[in-house]
Amino acid sequence: MTTTSKKSNNALKGWLAQRLTAALMAAFTLIVLLQVIFNKGAMGYDKWAGIFSSQWMKALTFVVILGLAYHVWLGMKEIYMDYIKPVSVRLTAQMLTVVWLAGCAGWAIQVLWRV
Amino acid sequence: MSNSRPEFRNINAFTDLTTYRMTAGAWVSILHRASGAIMFLLLPFIIWMFDKSISSEFSYATFTALFNIGAGFVPGWFFKLVALALIWSYLHHLTAGLRHLWMDVSHKAVTKSFATSSAKATFAISWVLTAALAAKLFGLY
Repeated sequence: MTTTSKKSNNALKGWLAQRLTAALMAAFTLIVLLQVIFNKGAMGYDKWAGIFSSQWMKALTFVVILGLAYHVWLGMKEIYMDYIKPVSVRLTAQMLTVVWLAGCAGWAIQVLWRV
Repeated sequence: MSNSRPEFRNINAFTDLTTYRMTAGAWVSILHRASGAIMFLLLPFIIWMFDKSISSEFSYATFTALFNIGAGFVPGWFFKLVALALIWSYLHHLTAGLRHLWMDVSHKAVTKSFATSSAKATFAISWVLTAALAAKLFGLY
């Protein structure tokens, strides 16, 4: 495989991953919304926390958090590539974003298993 | 060929960009990017809200107090405005994203006329939903 086709292959993978994670998050939004509307009781701690207490919702939310982090990474990388020209500044911004997103994902996953 | 059209070699953000007449699709596009960036910047606040709202009854009270009472010298309505910015960002990003997915799978969706009408529909959907949730957030119903 030549360098060019490897590069375009990576870009295609990123493009596809961006769309797959987007579809996953859209479906997740609908699933949470349906439970907010149709689960019994007024909105409050019990109902809200109850949505995330089942094992299948934990597994799904876990995957959504990972998907979200990857989606944000792809989007922010695109913004950096458009607006930050100096390579050193761009790579630094990209590196900090990866660290930041990994930290945020870890925090969100930790919160998820508190319920 | 006439050569009368202006040629920009070094675009000035303040004097040149403001003269651009952007189509509805261009507005959807730049706001899709802006709304994504807003949510990225507010990610710690989003996870903080998830944390407080879900950890315990006590932390849930902390979560609701932020919007009803405020924190420190910052009043509750300010946090409601931040939440509203997130609500708009999410709704615009989601609606514009679904439009993108539609354009990915349908050749009919990428015609010039459909691009404009679907861009306008994107604004209609995201603004109506934002307005409805803003009314709820500020206790109008």
